[in-house]
Amino acid sequence: MIGCGAVGSLFAANLSLLDDVEVWAFDLNELHAAAMNRDGLRLSGADEVVGRPHATSDGSELPPCDFGIVATKAMHTEPAIAATAHAFAAGCVATVQNGLGNEEAIARHVERVIRGTTFPAGKLLGPGHVQWDVKGETTFGPYDERTPFAEVERLADACTRAGMPAHAVEDARGPQWRKVIFNASTNPIGALTGLTHGRVCERPDLRALVTGLVDEGKAVAAAQGIELDADPEELIDHAARPEVAYDHKASMLQDVEARRQTEVDYLNGGIVRFGQEHGVPTPLNASIQALVKGVEASWTQS
Amino acid sequence: MKVVVAGAGSIGSLLAGHLARVADVTVLTRREEHAAALREQGLRVSGRSDFTAQLDATADPAALPDAELAILACKGTDLEALAARLDGTLPNATVMTIQNGLGAEEVVAAHGDWPLLSSVTFMSGTRHGDAHVEYVLDTPTWIGPHRGATEADARRVAELIEAGGLKAEAFADLRPAQWSKLIFNATVNGVAALTGLPHDFHFAQVESPSDLGILVRDLVDEGKAVAAAAGVELHDDPWSMNVLATERGHRHFPSMLEDVEARRPTELESINGALVREAWRLGVDVPLQTAVYRLVKAREASYSE
Repeated sequence: MIGCGAVGSLFAANLSLLDDVEVWAFDLNELHAAAMNRDGLRLSGADEVVGRPHATSDGSELPPCDFGIVATKAMHTEPAIAATAHAFAAGCVATVQNGLGNEEAIARHVERVIRGTTFPAGKLLGPGHVQWDVKGETTFGPYDERTPFAEVERLADACTRAGMPAHAVEDARGPQWRKVIFNASTNPIGALTGLTHGRVCERPDLRALVTGLVDEGKAVAAAQGIELDADPEELIDHAARPEVAYDHKASMLQDVEARRQTEVDYLNGGIVRFGQEHGVPTPLNASIQALVKGVEASWTQS
Repeated sequence: MKVVVAGAGSIGSLLAGHLARVADVTVLTRREEHAAALREQGLRVSGRSDFTAQLDATADPAALPDAELAILACKGTDLEALAARLDGTLPNATVMTIQNGLGAEEVVAAHGDWPLLSSVTFMSGTRHGDAHVEYVLDTPTWIGPHRGATEADARRVAELIEAGGLKAEAFADLRPAQWSKLIFNATVNGVAALTGLPHDFHFAQVESPSDLGILVRDLVDEGKAVAAAAGVELHDDPWSMNVLATERGHRHFPSMLEDVEARRPTELESINGALVREAWRLGVDVPLQTAVYRLVKAREASYSE
């Protein structure tokens, strides 16, 4: 596990319970790594689990592994994989991160890459302890022809047996783009306005802006021949229901409130970049990216 | 000459203080304590000017003198209430608006048959209390005739303001200048309010695709398309105004940014709302200005979260 924050911990703790799997967790947070080694990695919430991964903050300590799963924030992919790539000379590395561009960054260091999209979520409560908020599915697919499909199936099977249901598919871009479009069209709107997901969606003028962003994302996906596995619009409306995520503050809003760098470059910025490569204009996504970058820049002003 | 300045925020205070050097000025305030402070202490002006002006002040519209000129210097959000307070007063005054955006003249026209002058101002100041204002940016105020007034009236007021020590210029038709400022304000104020950035170098940065200046330029281009459709030939290019302002080295905090940070209502409707509604009326597609307008509007709605 490369990056053992909330999502990484869900995979690491559950997978470590399987008899045929040995999990190593790489995370730069030394207190978290020490706690995992001392007391185990505890999940509470949607399920109670105490896993026993071998944790380290030193990438050179990793033994050769069959699989890597990258779960850092997207802006940390490059240094994280650079520090750990040696362990995967004969293995495959999957990403379960948000956004676009992670596979490309991993593929610069590792030969066999697996594209992944995951929906379970949680938050780090403290060293060695993660709140498991929601369960959900994961989809894996080969990044390119160098990754054997049998290996993708082997990883999905292990995750499923560990209680993290996963499927292997030939083309995992559909679920990835569905999630990216959802996040890129709603998270920054929450971040820029301070409104929860439900309140963004109940304002017709703002909901129309969300649709404008979704439409650009769909056009970029279509230009690449990607078939979305579900309509992001339906997912956005579903999430706006009071019993689903009406009161949810998007992670990007939480980032902005805590003055943490956001993933906007990998969400809206990713849509803009793929749009340029395929000749699809994305003015709204570019504008939203520039505004959120402006918010980040405002924190370094005196 | 008797002059009334209604509203004593930073712009109103700068006008009142400087005009008091060449005219009999009465300031109309909202609060009686504010009027009392001005009467008792005078109005101290610091920064680019340095003097204390003696002037009269009242919070009661019925106590205003029979002035020849009244300048309504409140924020756009307060103009309707101010114009209503002046209904039936100032029978011989020419009334000048100075609000950002569009539509101020119409708001005032509904409350009296005064001859009207329009103006836009680029000067800025900072209030340091009820009786002290700092003169920060010495950029001009532009004045033009509206209903029932002439270019000569605009020129007389511009000369009076210049005599008081501020910068002013008269125009036969203010709309080209008003629209230049409208596009500038809709763009710069909206982006500042959403990002939290003062109007600084980021607004002119155009090197990489996600640089803020590229968005600013695109927003300005949409505004120019609306002006063209409205038949207005701009007095200044709002993009050049933006670049120049960022090169002054003074990090200006647009009022819309200060308003959202203080969770106050902004002038969004009379600036961004006015521009977007003009675009819709004229059939001009302005997706980015529309997005900024909707985002700031939603930001105001978030105050109740």
